[in-house]
Amino acid sequence: MAGQRFAELHLDHVRRVFGDTVALKGMDLTIKGGEFVALLGPSGCGKSTALNCLAGLLPLTGGRITLDGRRIDDLPPEKRGFGMVFQNYALFPHMSVRRNVGFGLSMRKTPRAELTRRVDEAVRLVQLEEHQHKFPAQLSGGQQQRVAIARAIVLEPPLVLMDEPLSNLDAALRLEMRTEIRRLHQSLGLTTVYVTHDQEEALALADRLVVLRLGEVQQVGSPEEVYAHPVNRYVAGFMGYRNMIPVTVTAQDDERATVRADGVELVGVKSEEVADSAVAAVRPEDFAVVTEAGENTLDATVEIVEYHGREQAVEARLRDGTQLHVRTNSRLAPGDAIRLRVPVERVLVFS
Amino acid sequence: MKARPIVWLTWGALIFFMLNLVGIVGAVVTNSFAESWFGTWLPNGYTGKWYGEAWRDYRLLDVLAVTFQVAIAVVVISVLIGVPTAYALARRNFPGKKLLNVLFLLPILMPPMTYGIPLATVLYKFHLAGSMAGVIAANLVPAVPFVVLTMTPFIEQIDTKIESAARMCGANTVAIFTRVLAPLLVPGILAASILVLVRTVGMFELTFLTAGPTSQTLVVSLYEAMSSAGIRPQQMVDSMAVIYTGSMLLLLVIALRFVNPTQLVTRLKDPA
Amino acid sequence: MTALPSLRDQRSLERASLKHRLAEKGVDRVLWLLVPGAVFVVLLFVYPFLYGLQLSFQPKGGGNPFQNYITFFSDEYSAETVWITLRLGLPAALFNVLASIPIAFRMRGRFRGKRALTTLLVVPITLGTVLTAEGLLAFFGPTGWFNRIWIALGADEPAKLTHNYWGVLFSLVITGFPFAFLLTLSYLSGIDPTLEQAAATLGASKRQRFRTITMPLLAPGLAVTFCLSFVLAFSVFPSAVMVGNPAGETHVMSIAAYETALRDNDFAMGSAIAMLMALVMLIVIGVVLIWRTTLYRGATGGKG
Ligand SMILES: Nc1ncnc2c1ncn2[C@@H]1O[C@H](COP(=O)(O)OP(=O)(O)OP(=O)(O)O)[C@@H](O)[C@H]1O
Ligand SMILES: [Mg+2]
Repeated sequence: MAGQRFAELHLDHVRRVFGDTVALKGMDLTIKGGEFVALLGPSGCGKSTALNCLAGLLPLTGGRITLDGRRIDDLPPEKRGFGMVFQNYALFPHMSVRRNVGFGLSMRKTPRAELTRRVDEAVRLVQLEEHQHKFPAQLSGGQQQRVAIARAIVLEPPLVLMDEPLSNLDAALRLEMRTEIRRLHQSLGLTTVYVTHDQEEALALADRLVVLRLGEVQQVGSPEEVYAHPVNRYVAGFMGYRNMIPVTVTAQDDERATVRADGVELVGVKSEEVADSAVAAVRPEDFAVVTEAGENTLDATVEIVEYHGREQAVEARLRDGTQLHVRTNSRLAPGDAIRLRVPVERVLVFS
Repeated sequence: MKARPIVWLTWGALIFFMLNLVGIVGAVVTNSFAESWFGTWLPNGYTGKWYGEAWRDYRLLDVLAVTFQVAIAVVVISVLIGVPTAYALARRNFPGKKLLNVLFLLPILMPPMTYGIPLATVLYKFHLAGSMAGVIAANLVPAVPFVVLTMTPFIEQIDTKIESAARMCGANTVAIFTRVLAPLLVPGILAASILVLVRTVGMFELTFLTAGPTSQTLVVSLYEAMSSAGIRPQQMVDSMAVIYTGSMLLLLVIALRFVNPTQLVTRLKDPA
Repeated sequence: MTALPSLRDQRSLERASLKHRLAEKGVDRVLWLLVPGAVFVVLLFVYPFLYGLQLSFQPKGGGNPFQNYITFFSDEYSAETVWITLRLGLPAALFNVLASIPIAFRMRGRFRGKRALTTLLVVPITLGTVLTAEGLLAFFGPTGWFNRIWIALGADEPAKLTHNYWGVLFSLVITGFPFAFLLTLSYLSGIDPTLEQAAATLGASKRQRFRTITMPLLAPGLAVTFCLSFVLAFSVFPSAVMVGNPAGETHVMSIAAYETALRDNDFAMGSAIAMLMALVMLIVIGVVLIWRTTLYRGATGGKG
């Protein structure tokens, strides 16, 4: 089962307005065939809007969508031929699992024999053989989720859209289904656009991340890029916890910036022109507790220590009162004076 | 728990009402079986012959056939018109929706006479009065709004995501209606149909105003029989009334199998 | 990212087609579904109604367009129908609503025979006006069972309960009560019983709970029930003829309208009476609904 591949899906300045709310402020994005793209952002940032625009369920206010150069934003959803998995699954309550999965095929007037074969295959793929004659109300959340996925992929759509498909599941099932979705993507090679507000889920699944905020794209890149090199303060804060240390910029060149924090000099990397007053973003685990003085070090006092197994989570305070979260293997106790060193490439300076 | 006077009063009044009701119905039923009954507690003999005579003299078979045809036509047409309307009204907010809502509420709020007389006039103008088509058209006026009102809550409770999902599976509008919405709406459509059926069979004014000799429904011929009483024995009218009530009772029993009794009235949520 | 040229914004805004802007306002192909319904309501309701309205201003004899209305109000016999109809309709509707409150109250909750009792209360719907009329004439008539018992209890002469105001009122109660009762019951079961329980835990007595919790939540529903009961009673026609005194004390508006239009063939005058009927109706309903807007009308916490 391999989807009809396309080379490139192009969103060109796609806008969507609801009354006075601008849900999507001109989104530009190119999706390549076979890719797994995650749209990531907090609640209300326009992820579902973007997905529904792609699906054709919402008309655009402006902009256009082209598939291999062919304009598709004026096609109704049923003519675009994309598959979609909804957050609350939206299974047809009056049809059995098999009828749900086969619905799209029967809409396409697929011959009986082929329909049976393809439904069998899809049901097997999502491991629902035992439950294929049940109705949605008789299934657990995870099983309903699988039906929704099977219903979307049985058509071998060029593009599968998923809107927070795991958000209604409990933590353990969510992990299991996450692996399942990744497995399906790898074995079928279906191009997928996946919406989530969970950065961990996005990092684990996607080939490429699109970070949204207030209807605007903040950054597009591979999980490593976005995780390690966020382009701005907002993305840095959203992709895992970072200490935001207020600093004054004393010097900067194309790549690096020298800043003063708590009376000492730090050197960090930057991705944009920074103003004099800026923040340095540092992850808790990027600090190393050292004894000797040296480049890029800060002095702090330990205040609270939490034991987390192999490592300790430490809350420390700089002399000027700034709080720092630090993760370390060293054994520390409240009241200890410590010196923290952080590598230059791990200090991200943003305005 | 000590029963308070109001409770006794309620039950007492209810029992008094029921006793009277039994007396009223009982008097008619008794008379329909009476040889003759003048100024005594009970008739001086019983017979079932009046039913046969009423059946023949009033040509009840024809009347029942007309009643049945009118009622079925009204049910089918009002469902075909009312369900799509209810769908659009439930799903879309468009300019002018308030006005349309009011227009669909008025025929239920207005006494049938008020629009029945002008409607009859118009039907006379177009030579439709007296025909079965005219009777059906007149009965549709309250039936369609009733279907709209009954169906709207049923439609509102279907998640729009289900329709979106069907669209994503490639279903066009017709397929969404026939394959997804219709099966989910069957209980609602059934309820609405039965309620319209009961109301149409019982609707007097509109049929009376528009029917001709060949397009009378049972209620109307019953009324005519009663107003021209004197020609025929009272017992015949009474047996016809019993036949009418019997068939309504049958419909009601069927209706109550499918719908909650409170639905018999209306599913008005918030008029105006 | 924020400072991208606004020129592009401009261009894409212009590209937002009319279709999309209409869809934004809820105008799209789905509205085609309204066409049959709209055509129907315009053709069979709005048009006849407006036709009747303009016909009422074209009196049969020509002349003053308001002649029909003037004639109606200057002739005491016809002018009185308004009062006669209200005198039947308002008490009947009021009685039906008020009587259904305590009964609906008893029918809340579960008890044995509830379904049977509900069905029994609903049965009068099936009676129809003719059987009710025949029954009333026979039962309440001078030699009917009711008067036999009445005289056996010591009365001097039979009570006159048919062919007058009372006969019609009884008929309106019998046919109207089931409707009022069912509506009240459905509104009452829409009120979450835990609200009353909550009030009870706060120390409210039965009477206080009824007055401060149930009644305020039920009142808007009762207003609607009253309106619908009133429509039913106000339209009274066949029973006013059969058990009333159609030429006198129960000469209601429906009879006047019907007789003028279809017996005397004066459609203009008949329409005028129909329009007046609609007007009186709308005034009463309007007053009730305006009163209703002063009530709390939000969620009642129940299943609806
Ligand atoms: N039908 C609508 N009418 C009006 N405003 C809407 C509508 N749908 C979405 N919005 C607004 O558009 C913005 C983006 O909504 P969207 O549903 O795309 O958010 P989201 O990123 O999917 O959030 P969530 O994670 O909570 O699902 C929000 O501010 C929302 O209020
Ligand atoms: Mg969303």
